[in-house]
Amino acid sequence: MSFTEDQITRYSRHILLPEVGGKGQKKLSQAKVFVVGAGGLGCPVAYYLGAAGIGTIGLIDSDVVDLSNLQRQVLHHTPDVGRPKTLSAKEKIQALNPDVQVNTYEERLTAQNARELINQYDVVIDGVDNFPAKFLINDACYMENKPLVHGGILRFEGRVMTIVPNESACYRCIFKNPPPPGVVPTCQEAGIIGVVAGIIGTIQATEAVKLILKIGQPLTDRLLDFDARTTTFREIRVKQNPSCTLCGPSASITELIDYDEPEACAL
Amino acid sequence: MQLTINGKVENLNVSTVLDVLKTKDIDPQLVAVEVNTQMIDQENLGATALKEDDKLEFLFFMGGGA
Repeated sequence: MSFTEDQITRYSRHILLPEVGGKGQKKLSQAKVFVVGAGGLGCPVAYYLGAAGIGTIGLIDSDVVDLSNLQRQVLHHTPDVGRPKTLSAKEKIQALNPDVQVNTYEERLTAQNARELINQYDVVIDGVDNFPAKFLINDACYMENKPLVHGGILRFEGRVMTIVPNESACYRCIFKNPPPPGVVPTCQEAGIIGVVAGIIGTIQATEAVKLILKIGQPLTDRLLDFDARTTTFREIRVKQNPSCTLCGPSASITELIDYDEPEACAL
Repeated sequence: MQLTINGKVENLNVSTVLDVLKTKDIDPQLVAVEVNTQMIDQENLGATALKEDDKLEFLFFMGGGA
């Protein structure tokens, strides 16, 4: 595949970078990224990945746009209220960059469909709002051997970590199991500063681009915590946990688990 | 003893990780604890003795995304 004049112009600021160049841009255009959730994190992630010329973006979300989403879910506009988030997001990404193929799945990620969907992509982004789904994505990515960029946000804070199966610590190396339902507040209950979703989401998108281009050092074995109140990042070193029930030597998890789940901050 | 907890130096009268959680009124179910970059299993929090200048990280669940 070769680029058209327009594409060379569109991606010129990428192509100028020695670490990217025409070859790197081609890698991006052939890459497939699966974004789970088209909300606070999924919107900035998918928007920047679309702008970057990622060839295929898969978007999965079962929700429709709510007015309370618009303070942070930047792909959804006022006239989109009531429309499926996947459709709304797809339109904006393709208006920005018609080169991008956007596959939409208007459903929830479950133990039944997760592995089959994730298997079709090169990199996975966690943009979900609840722990059962975060554990499901972590486990499915490990089983399908796909790199995952985990993200989480709450109130004024956010967190990112990149997980490369069998090479770096996974989510379960840190958190063994989801917390008991209802004890950890959700964005819906506790609130979220909208821009924090943008900060964390764009870091996730950066990690995806780096993984595809194989440049720099991925955010593996490091948990990056951001606090908007003080504008500070804190990096916590983590490592593969020998007693991890998913990726440790005596792992006990061999199948995906659908934890019972209350709605988190979906709206 | 002097400990560094989430990057901040603190002086606490404690001997185990569980003591620290109790002192700070933190529910052990809601936090992952790392001592000197080693994750501590929840069932071992009470058995993990601390020593002067240990570095603790309390990692709280952060579940939002949408």
